[in-house]
Amino acid sequence: MIELARRAVESAVAAGASDAEAYASEDAGREVRAHGGEVESLTAATQRGIGVRAWIGARMGYAYGTDLTDQGIAEIAQRAATGAQIADEDKFAAPPELPVRLIPDIGGKGAPEAGLGLVLSDPTVGEWTVGRVAELALEIERAAVGADSRIAGVEQAVYADSAERVAIASSVGIAGEYERTSCYAYVQALAASDGGRETGLGFDLGRGPASLDAAAIGREGAERATAMIGAGKPQSRSCPVVFDPTVAASFVALIGRGLGADMVQRGRSPFAGLLGSEVASEALVIHDDGFDPEGSASSPFDGEGVPRQRSALIEGGQLRTYLYDSYTARRGGEATTGNAGRGSYRAQPAVSASNLIVAPGAPGFGQLLAEAGEGVLVTDVAGLHSGVNPVTGVFSVGASGRAIRDGGLAEPLREFTIAGDLVAMLKAVRAVGSTPRWVPFGGSVSTPPLLIGELTVAGS
Amino acid sequence: MSGLVEPEVAERVLARALAAGGEFAEVFVERNAGMTMAIDESRIESVQSGASAGAGVRVVSGGTTYFAHVDGLDPADLERAAGEAASALRSERAEPRPLEAVASTPHPIEQRPADIAPERKAALLRELDERGRAAGPEIGQFMASYAEVRREVAVANSEGLFTGDDRTRVRIGAQAVARRGDSVETGAETLGGHRGFELFEDDAAAIAESAAGKALTLLDAGPAPAGSMPVVIGGGFGGVLFHEMTGHGLEADHVQKDASVYAGKLGEIVAQPLLTAYDDGRMPNEWGSDSIDDEGTPTQKTMVIEDGRLVSYLYDRLSAGRDGVASTGNGRRESFRHLPVPRMTNTYIAPGEAAPEAMIAEVQQGFYAASFAGGQVDPATGDFVFGVSEGYLIEGGRVTRPCRGATLIGNCLEALAAIDAVGDDFEMKTGVCGKASQKVPVGTGQGHVRIQAMTVGGTEV
Repeated sequence: MIELARRAVESAVAAGASDAEAYASEDAGREVRAHGGEVESLTAATQRGIGVRAWIGARMGYAYGTDLTDQGIAEIAQRAATGAQIADEDKFAAPPELPVRLIPDIGGKGAPEAGLGLVLSDPTVGEWTVGRVAELALEIERAAVGADSRIAGVEQAVYADSAERVAIASSVGIAGEYERTSCYAYVQALAASDGGRETGLGFDLGRGPASLDAAAIGREGAERATAMIGAGKPQSRSCPVVFDPTVAASFVALIGRGLGADMVQRGRSPFAGLLGSEVASEALVIHDDGFDPEGSASSPFDGEGVPRQRSALIEGGQLRTYLYDSYTARRGGEATTGNAGRGSYRAQPAVSASNLIVAPGAPGFGQLLAEAGEGVLVTDVAGLHSGVNPVTGVFSVGASGRAIRDGGLAEPLREFTIAGDLVAMLKAVRAVGSTPRWVPFGGSVSTPPLLIGELTVAGS
Repeated sequence: MSGLVEPEVAERVLARALAAGGEFAEVFVERNAGMTMAIDESRIESVQSGASAGAGVRVVSGGTTYFAHVDGLDPADLERAAGEAASALRSERAEPRPLEAVASTPHPIEQRPADIAPERKAALLRELDERGRAAGPEIGQFMASYAEVRREVAVANSEGLFTGDDRTRVRIGAQAVARRGDSVETGAETLGGHRGFELFEDDAAAIAESAAGKALTLLDAGPAPAGSMPVVIGGGFGGVLFHEMTGHGLEADHVQKDASVYAGKLGEIVAQPLLTAYDDGRMPNEWGSDSIDDEGTPTQKTMVIEDGRLVSYLYDRLSAGRDGVASTGNGRRESFRHLPVPRMTNTYIAPGEAAPEAMIAEVQQGFYAASFAGGQVDPATGDFVFGVSEGYLIEGGRVTRPCRGATLIGNCLEALAAIDAVGDDFEMKTGVCGKASQKVPVGTGQGHVRIQAMTVGGTEV
């Protein structure tokens, strides 16, 4: 892989680039979908490709492709250089400088000091046969159906895993490579209610299938679906709201996006101009940690070859830092925080959080409910992509969950919205629960449940 | 087909796919190339081009689909995919039928985007930028993007079908940010089609002013109301409402798993008689159109609701086979890396008879959702939610002040039945629909539509 990347860099320089960087990846994945006690589909896939950034002075262009023959690589490199000729000059455009903590060359597999000892691969991805992971998906479905007599079936039970290899090289001298495995499983359970259906999602993720608990995934789907039977609308009002970890994670991921220096520098973030200011309740502490051993986004270096790190984002109520890649760092006169994200070789690097970690607090779930007193527990939100204004942080999203009455859980609630603004909501965090969970919605987030002092709930 | 794959190669791949059993095999071959660029801070940036080619092979045996995909178009790559797809099968060899080529007529493209000099694309973005910024001194920021893609596809299956399509799409988007004191508002607009660069000949940059205008209007916005009230939905992208609250629930995969509120409702009255709706993958050069779907079935115009009665679901091959009907040409996939599933193409409510002004005039206290940012539905429960990007109060039969941050929420069957007026105006808009982790281009359309009562989720209780 690293050799492919090096060849692409050389080709881009030969095509007229003053600097170049190539990111190559190879991915072997499989997915099993189960339904009605049978395997519905079984997918096996391999993907391989390369993405090249070429700079001509202060102009940058990007190209990617899957043709990895010498000629194919030369064409990709040429297209990247052509792109650079079309782009306007941007005085901050340049490849990342060679990181201070050098990534050891190819023999060292790219692990920098702090990333040494990071175990990103689980051998069970390779060891478990297709038959065995298919059985895992079927077991999840059986667990969901067997958990409660009101479960009518599942929409699907899914298991998927992948083993990827990533390599990066640049004309500045960056060279690194790593391997990583990941897997997830989920079930969408269907409960029969008064002539209708309720759905419930159960899920888990990890580095390999051996770490997944099929029974727990099935049970969670069943519990979430049956909990919604007979749900009604809440009264419209402002009240305390508890977010379960899946919902809290969705909001934390939005906050992570708002903390990206690209959005901030272009004045498109509700957090612009707030560095060092009071932005949150002291109860809420958020880190970005690219080395967390459990985090699905962990890696020795980011999408442009800069070592990952652990950064305090919100601590002591204050906004401590934004998330930077090398471009935004240069533009902001800061150091990169190793937050150049990259979904695949098809995307050029862009600022994004790695793993966002909300520090657990003291109160258990029951204590959070007790402290809320009268309010709403939100267990699901919908419409996040359309209901949040990323520039202002104003949001209004669909929600479902349970009423909180006398400090305990009461009747199920559906078809209501919660509305507010992100920064005000951070200040209104009254307590953080004690038990965190990894949630992959909109990013990689680990968070306990959160108690928000007050939000607008609109129902009937 | 487009020189993507020779028939003898396809036949060999299909034979290999069925070598260990199965009733049906298919190979889907694709070569795509595209480029995108953007303007931000009045600077052309993010100039990106990409190309990939590959194939997906599936074998259906009993209720199970075996699927494998590979990068590359060499016969060896395709055979490798076939071998992988068949690797978990353990029964008797089946024989594919000999291939018979079926011609298709791709949507006509006058100016291939790849033949247009990149400088002209950059010039279009610069014009968008100038016009967006010229809309008013309160436009603090303006961004615009350009995207083009060409997808050549070929499909061959064990029933002897061998066909293909050549699809070119272009799309531009504009986003404006307006500021006044502490208030910051955004507005967006897009223009796209299954067309070439000629789409942009007729004052395409007007979308810049439209986006800027929305942002400027919202500067005067107050908080959105919260509660249940009559809602008038605007034309064009308002059609995303029908897409979410009905279209997804009509996709046969959801229906057959009893995970749709429309399951068992075929032939029943689900809306008032004034409502008729279609899914039409053949609309000439429309964003959601193709000449064939991604299983090789010609696209078609399917009436889904006729005068309030549910008359058809949307099918791909597999789901159609289960119901003993023909595919409606809705088997779509994002790329050769994905399995086809029933998906909408261009979905719309047919124009009605009401004048939009008259529909609003009949509302004493309500909400006017002129445009949406998007929406989401759970087809099983029917619960949906829409983010309103441009909304206004209706007071005394008139559209009055703009509102920020509103969401519409409701249940499909109730909201569909509560549509009591359909406007005589009509417009189509472009969208990108995500389902089963696959994104496909879809068109949404309608004239103005009124819903008797719907929950508006704002901050003003």
